[in-house]
Amino acid sequence: MKNLLYLTVGIVFGLALTKGEAISWFRIQEMFHFQSFHMYGIFMTAVPTGALSLWLLQKFHAKSADGQPIDAPHKPYHHGVIFGGLIFGFGWALTGACPGPLYAQVGAGYLVTLVTFASALAGTWVYARVYAYLPD
Amino acid sequence: MDFLYKPWPWYVAGPIIGLSVPALLLLGNKKLGVSSTLRQICAACYPGNLSFLQYDWKKDSWNLFMVAGILIGGFLGGVVFANPEPVALAPATVAWLREQGLHQFDGLLPGELFQWQALFSLRGFLLMVVGGFMVGFGTRYARGCTSGHGIMGLSALQWPSLVATASFFGGGILFSYFVLPYILAL
Repeated sequence: MKNLLYLTVGIVFGLALTKGEAISWFRIQEMFHFQSFHMYGIFMTAVPTGALSLWLLQKFHAKSADGQPIDAPHKPYHHGVIFGGLIFGFGWALTGACPGPLYAQVGAGYLVTLVTFASALAGTWVYARVYAYLPD
Repeated sequence: MDFLYKPWPWYVAGPIIGLSVPALLLLGNKKLGVSSTLRQICAACYPGNLSFLQYDWKKDSWNLFMVAGILIGGFLGGVVFANPEPVALAPATVAWLREQGLHQFDGLLPGELFQWQALFSLRGFLLMVVGGFMVGFGTRYARGCTSGHGIMGLSALQWPSLVATASFFGGGILFSYFVLPYILAL
């Protein structure tokens, strides 16, 4: 039952990504060339919405539906945020997809992006194979 | 109904995307993040003998339901309620892409680049296969993507997520300016 609710959150998230054209390769190039405010507008409204919600939930000591206190994620620094971040950025410019849109592009009927998706799985798997040898 | 067929402006799409943060927290204190589902699928399907993939992925199976939803959302937005018009790109972007030899501007992705036959050309191989690989490798190396660092991490005011997000954009900007033209010319 609960999983259906996570599915529903995903549907709304995927619909907003798609109707907001954040899964469009064209929009991603436009963004990287600073030629439109559109994608920046999405980020600049999504992040404050998330930040304000999280702040309110914590201020009022809200609990989740299953009774857990709501806490903020801790994202410690490691050099991978730069090295991995740059590699991901290159891939984002090539595919026009970050991981959310990887799923949404397939759903939107661009079936060839199943290849992009499978390749992202391969990239994750190879990372799992070699990460011990990488600077972190 | 017309609203569903038209593309959504940023001030509609952005806040809805942001609301996934409190929705997941309220449902089960879950933190938004999509790239971890790639690790989940690897762990479920082919962990090999890699310690990085040997963990109880079923414990976090909620996120697999979420990404199944993203796929359905993509189907609803891109097929059922597809926008019949091309993406309303900035004229400067269209001009730049024309200079790189693109002709088709309908749909969300350029059909001339993202199609099955293109996989057998160097250009299509780089765009889809190498590009996808870099997305999967890079996001795991960074331990998060545009959602986990860019939305969730920034919402929680985590400065390493700001470094990550700046790296995503920095990498993309550099690549799109200086490398992509050579790939599109192939």
